[in-house]
Amino acid sequence: MTGKGMTRRGALRSGAGVIAAGALGAPMVHAQGTGGSLRVAFWDHWVPTGNDAMRALVKEWSEKNRVEVTLDFINTTGNQLQLAGAAQAQSKSGHDIISLAPWDVGTYASVLEPVDDVINRLIAKYGPINPVAEYLAKREGAWRGVPATSGTQNKPACVRFDLMQEHAGLDVRAMWPANGQAGPGADQWTWDTFLTAAEKCAKAGYPFGLPLGAFSDAVDWVGALFASYGASMMDEKGKPTVRNNPKLRTAIEYAVRLSKALPNDVWAWDDASNNRALISGRSALVFNPPSAWAVAKRDQPQVAEKCWTIPMPAGPEGRFLAYLPWTSGIWNFGRNKQTAKALLEFLGERSSAEALTSKTSGYDIPPFESMTDFKIWETEGPPVGTVYNYPLKPHHKAKPSIAFAPAPGEFAAQMYVQALNTKVIARVAQGGDSVDQALGWLERELSTIVRGG
Amino acid sequence: MAADGTLVAGAPAAAGSGRANTMQRFARQRSTIAFLMALPLIALIGGLVVYPAGYAMWLSTLNRRMTANIGLGNFEILLESDTFWMVIMQSCIFAVGAVIAKALIGFWLAHMLHHIPAKGQRKWRGMLLIPWVIPPALSTLGWWWMFDPSYSSINWLLNIFAVPAVPWLGEPWWARFSVILVNVWYGSPFFMIMYLAALKSVPDQLYEAAAIDGATGWQGLRYVTLPMMQNIISITVLFSLIVTFANYDIVRVLTNGGPRDLTQVFASYAFQVGILSGNLPRGAAVSLFMFPVLAVFAYFILRGINRRNKEQM
Repeated sequence: MTGKGMTRRGALRSGAGVIAAGALGAPMVHAQGTGGSLRVAFWDHWVPTGNDAMRALVKEWSEKNRVEVTLDFINTTGNQLQLAGAAQAQSKSGHDIISLAPWDVGTYASVLEPVDDVINRLIAKYGPINPVAEYLAKREGAWRGVPATSGTQNKPACVRFDLMQEHAGLDVRAMWPANGQAGPGADQWTWDTFLTAAEKCAKAGYPFGLPLGAFSDAVDWVGALFASYGASMMDEKGKPTVRNNPKLRTAIEYAVRLSKALPNDVWAWDDASNNRALISGRSALVFNPPSAWAVAKRDQPQVAEKCWTIPMPAGPEGRFLAYLPWTSGIWNFGRNKQTAKALLEFLGERSSAEALTSKTSGYDIPPFESMTDFKIWETEGPPVGTVYNYPLKPHHKAKPSIAFAPAPGEFAAQMYVQALNTKVIARVAQGGDSVDQALGWLERELSTIVRGG
Repeated sequence: MAADGTLVAGAPAAAGSGRANTMQRFARQRSTIAFLMALPLIALIGGLVVYPAGYAMWLSTLNRRMTANIGLGNFEILLESDTFWMVIMQSCIFAVGAVIAKALIGFWLAHMLHHIPAKGQRKWRGMLLIPWVIPPALSTLGWWWMFDPSYSSINWLLNIFAVPAVPWLGEPWWARFSVILVNVWYGSPFFMIMYLAALKSVPDQLYEAAAIDGATGWQGLRYVTLPMMQNIISITVLFSLIVTFANYDIVRVLTNGGPRDLTQVFASYAFQVGILSGNLPRGAAVSLFMFPVLAVFAYFILRGINRRNKEQM
């Protein structure tokens, strides 16, 4: 006996692979050659053309490199993609590459292949990478995934400019025109101005559609609000910073005031509720990627043509933009890791990113600042230029943000999923707690999260 | 005798060695055959019940990174959490409230059906079973549309009658009421069909005898129907309690645990903590908390059944 015998795990893996390949009937991107094979699970894009764009890019790459690629598009309805990731990380078998939701990169860092070589080459070509993407994807000193373009989104304000002009007296198109410059009044686009406008629009019957439940749209905009007040709940070492934190208190008090000008059911809104509020014409402003506008363009064109995307308001500590990236990870138990890296590097190229973004009507946001000048954002409409300010542009003088940064990822993930920022507001505004009581609750929750490693 | 190892037939005089005789005897024992025939089921239970349960127990003793064993640390942490105590309370309110309502509605429906002539009964039985045969995730989605915070069709109807809109999912008590209501809507047909079967098995002579003795309708129900149905009521309640305690989809689809975690139950919270927050061991610990709670319920319900069975023997 000289050769290695087949291990139990190997046999199971091969068997599972054969069964899965037969059962799923996933689209196979063929390439005649000997470059090996890859199985890839990408996020199933909201925008119907998003998957086609990805499929075309992968086909182009696979033919050039003679690699057979099997593509599965798994959606996030019912957290299917997250469940697939959890199952594969536990069983140490599955796809070679998988799309990871923002916090999952940190969760599975120990079974993800470091990709510093790929990232360093991309950075050398395209300049600095989005700091939030770095915060999420860099663990234990190494990049554990390549920040993806597909599915990555910003959540600026999508404003009904007619209603805002009529009821709040703000000409948002003049403030944030589609020409790379801030217009008159842009420097006054602060959370205080925002509150006044919210109250006026609410009085006129067009309240801002800002969710305050436990879904990501709610957590994200509140995260950006808190960041612009410098209100953090935990420092980068994992120490709660709730006690004697006037900035946090101010941010909570502001949010409670703002909540009074919102519809009384925002505590139960999900990620689609704000879209519906805008599309139905009942709301003057939502924080959302252009998907709400895109659906309005299809279903309510008279609403869509009055929408204009502008940056989020600024606070005492600056202007922040909610950013929610996807990351492509390579399992370290995969068999074709170098080939997987080559595919991800190709998808990280500017031409690939532009192809993806263009096919999704500008929805996808690339991770490099140097890639915020794609033509699609200038030409998309009506009105033309409506999503010009969707990517973070230099003249916005803003920073990308994700809620609960700079807390260590493993804790921030739990804080994010449990929506501690919206809950602390709800405890005061809806539950009748005093701010001190709510902060006491928050501190206890944080200590529960931190304990147990 | 089957399980005591007695031979099925006398062992033939073996031509071979004594070892072969022993093997043959062993293979011919009824207990061996029974074991072999039950082996697929044992393997199934082992693979699908014992192994996952054991794995969950082991998982719950690990730290978040699953690199060290912290014993009962996760349970200790959970018991010190305000939110988790709220989850325990809500799970009990949800399960007990829903099961009581389902049992009462199921009992009432079963009685109504029982008194409909056999021909028309089939139609009603079929219609009333519909909620139970629709996948709950799907039907809950339908309910969600009716409760939708901004565009609730129920509120639309209420508004027609000048009744103010109800924040079904946004206000804590209404949200709790809504999740229980959907569970009751889904689960009542199960109680109805079980109780109907039990009602049909009560001998008519008992009612006739009661009527001759001058019993009223209420007395017939109290002293004939209920005692005869006691065991099926207990078993159905126990079964439903287990299923309702472990319910996930209704809360997940309808409220996602909100507002402020005030509708969170064990299963939805376990998923949130374990899968979505990336803390599998603590998620496993949350789900294992259902076990002692259900064990207490099961103990009392089964004890009652055993006691009644002994009395009847």
